[in-house]
Amino acid sequence: MTQPIKFYQTGTFTVGNRLLPEDKRTVQSSTARDNSLNSGHRACQGCGEALGARYAVDAAMRATAGQLIAANATGCLEVFSTPYPETSWQLPWIHSLFGNAAAVGSGIAAALKVKAAKAGLPEAVTRVIAQGGDGGTTDIGFGCLSGMFERNDDVLYICYDNEGYMNTGVQRSSATPPAARTATTQPLGPEPGAEFGKGKNVPLIAVAHEIPYVATATVADLHDLEAKVEKAMSLRGARYLHVFVPCPLGWGAASCDTIRLARLARETGLFPVFEAEDGEITAVTKIRRPVPVDEYLRLQKRYAHLFGAKGHPETIARIQAMADKNIKRFGLLDAEGAA
Amino acid sequence: MTMKKPFAITLDPGSSLANKTGAWRTERPVYVDRLPPCNAQCPAGEDIQGWLFHAESGDYEAAWRHLVRDNPFPAIMGRVCYHSCEGVCNRAKLDAAVGINSVERFLGDEALALGWQFEAPQAETGKHVLVVGAGPSGLSAAYHLRRLGHRVTVIEAGEAPGGMMRFGIPKYRLPRDVLDGEVARIAAMGVTFRYGEKVSDILAAMRDEGADAAYLAIGAHIAKRAFIPAKDSSHILDAVAVLRSMEGEAPAMLGRRVVVYGGGNTAIDVARTARRLGATEAIIVYRRTRERMPAHDFELEEALEEGVKVKWLSTITGAEGGKLTIEKMVLDADGKPQPTGEFETLDADSLVLAVGQDVDTSLLAAVPGLVGADGMVAVDLVTQMTAHPGLFAGGDMAPGERNVTVAVGHGKRAARNIDAWLHGKVLAPKAQKPIAEFDRLNPWYYSDAPKTLRPQLDMARRTSSFDEVQGGLTEDTALFEARRCLSCGNCFECDNCYGVCPDNAVIKLGPGKRFEINLDYCKGCGICAAECPCGAIDMVLEAD
Repeated sequence: MTQPIKFYQTGTFTVGNRLLPEDKRTVQSSTARDNSLNSGHRACQGCGEALGARYAVDAAMRATAGQLIAANATGCLEVFSTPYPETSWQLPWIHSLFGNAAAVGSGIAAALKVKAAKAGLPEAVTRVIAQGGDGGTTDIGFGCLSGMFERNDDVLYICYDNEGYMNTGVQRSSATPPAARTATTQPLGPEPGAEFGKGKNVPLIAVAHEIPYVATATVADLHDLEAKVEKAMSLRGARYLHVFVPCPLGWGAASCDTIRLARLARETGLFPVFEAEDGEITAVTKIRRPVPVDEYLRLQKRYAHLFGAKGHPETIARIQAMADKNIKRFGLLDAEGAA
Repeated sequence: MTMKKPFAITLDPGSSLANKTGAWRTERPVYVDRLPPCNAQCPAGEDIQGWLFHAESGDYEAAWRHLVRDNPFPAIMGRVCYHSCEGVCNRAKLDAAVGINSVERFLGDEALALGWQFEAPQAETGKHVLVVGAGPSGLSAAYHLRRLGHRVTVIEAGEAPGGMMRFGIPKYRLPRDVLDGEVARIAAMGVTFRYGEKVSDILAAMRDEGADAAYLAIGAHIAKRAFIPAKDSSHILDAVAVLRSMEGEAPAMLGRRVVVYGGGNTAIDVARTARRLGATEAIIVYRRTRERMPAHDFELEEALEEGVKVKWLSTITGAEGGKLTIEKMVLDADGKPQPTGEFETLDADSLVLAVGQDVDTSLLAAVPGLVGADGMVAVDLVTQMTAHPGLFAGGDMAPGERNVTVAVGHGKRAARNIDAWLHGKVLAPKAQKPIAEFDRLNPWYYSDAPKTLRPQLDMARRTSSFDEVQGGLTEDTALFEARRCLSCGNCFECDNCYGVCPDNAVIKLGPGKRFEINLDYCKGCGICAAECPCGAIDMVLEAD
């Protein structure tokens, strides 16, 4: 009857855990965390992006001992954090244009490289992140991003993916999922909402660049997200982190459901969480409690047209098929879980 | 602060902290404490979740000290308590209930092994309380009264302490060294015990002892008789006498075929005892069905495993020599057994009646009006006080379920009310917090971990010896088991609220101090409440 004594009540699911050794707890559980994105920002109630940005940047701050500069694309994250003359950022932070965050990051990294060389150092001590939403990353900033990857510039690019242009009034981006209603994909006609077969998967495109490190994460799994930021900051060269951040406003979800939605996105298989190094997928986060996509879709008014009296069960089935494809492609279920 | 500004810049940079986003809020998070179902259920009023909290971090002594604030018998409880707490445990809805009882036993055994003692009272009150009966209820009252600083004298008619724990519960369920160990700890606090003395008039005894108050807990040990027409040659005994004889030099002679009449836990104890005394057959005869049996199912299950048989829907209508006449019964629409007129005979070397027990109320003869029509002592169910001021009663002699844990609970309640009464006060009833329901939890956050089963004595040794049937947990498994607690309804400082707030509006106050909401910035999104694993945050509408 000997049990392996590796059970900590909530294990690593919660933010903190008094039963875990200090070094196994999250950055966010510490009162010494940087709060890189400070209180008073103007993000909506329950903003997933504000949460994801603090999680990621605080982890990067700890990994670099505070030697960090951020470049930021236009978008919610920029608008809600830094309305002139106030800012919520507690680190050097540069905003230039919507589409050039990756290029600005590359430039800062180049400057730091020169400074290090002039100081006789082998490499820059101060590190660079560039960040933006899915619009600024997958659409408008995509050329600059691909260039940054291709040159293997020493920048961690973080995309906070809320699946649309939320700041300007919820328009479709190339990260908007099929069937979702946005201002530009109305729930009309035979295929209501965003069309199937469009959009792009930037994490896999990043993998195809064979850069040192690519990872996806969600705001629902803090330990995983922080570990990935730490890993990314331990490497040099171009790195890409794609964080899934629910948007209560744009998705028509309750503000309290942000983390729940992120959790369901992963547990349904709609958002595969994985890591890749040098073009090879090296790890996936398995699904812990498999759920059908309905449970995820129902919580969001952007999918309301799929339910109700008329409904579109065939569309839900197509979304389920997307999830099943991810589960198969990335091996998201353990053999026993799949049975 | 002003500084030289670049071209076209007119304002100094400022922090967003100037923007008090708390003004957006329509609802605010409020930390609450709810009553965990286990605590609400415990007849002894233990703070189960509270002591498990200490056990989770491996601080077993702190856990034990927290536990014994309410109940001085963790090692006994860990063996004989029917742990109805586990029946209501929210974890059962996830995998299996937390093994509260086995952790309690582990703590009790640790305390006995390591010699942990109760602290002496901080100050003496100068009051003297007489406790009559050294069963679980009397001992519990004595312990709590002593903790409160009163002088306590316990008078017991038997030759040793324990009451039904010694003379009713078989050794295979409660080894006597455990009982003696936990009673000795109460004596060590300075409680005076006197054995072999029967109190025949309680008021006279109080006068003689100079007692300011008294607690009566003499139990119910007069076996009820069922009328069975029998010839002299039949060997008919009562369950109380059989179980009591097990403590003496000469265990009752039961023979090879033993029939036990009754459906309670006592009937099962007798049948299992008979098996251990060498009976090849031990048959329980019970008038109703298994579903309606008052005995606990796990005890019946253990008895069946040991080869005890049960004749359901049967009554004994006569006994002659070694033969019993059994009549078949049926349940009517109300679930009452009705005779069918169908008879059979059953061979039996002895018949043991286990059909209930009555209270010997003779010591109250001089105080009229205290005994109810049911033959029990009438008490105020809140204070345990009888109609006679200063005279309290509890345990099996007072109304309530009859088991050790309920008796211990009566003793605690009586002690606290005696203390209040001695100080001329009335104990204000504690405001009951609402129960922490499963629906309020966010079970995602708890690690998966099924219940650790206690090792059971292998079957061969079980029916041939009086060795303890249930084994205990090891330190590893006890820790594992304790950590399965969900801390329903009460913050256990997992830092979730602190971590998940998009506005850094939760202030972490440090270990043991929990959290506060910074209402200057809280926008009232409700993520903290939704992601609180244990349901310790409510969202409350802001006033207009």
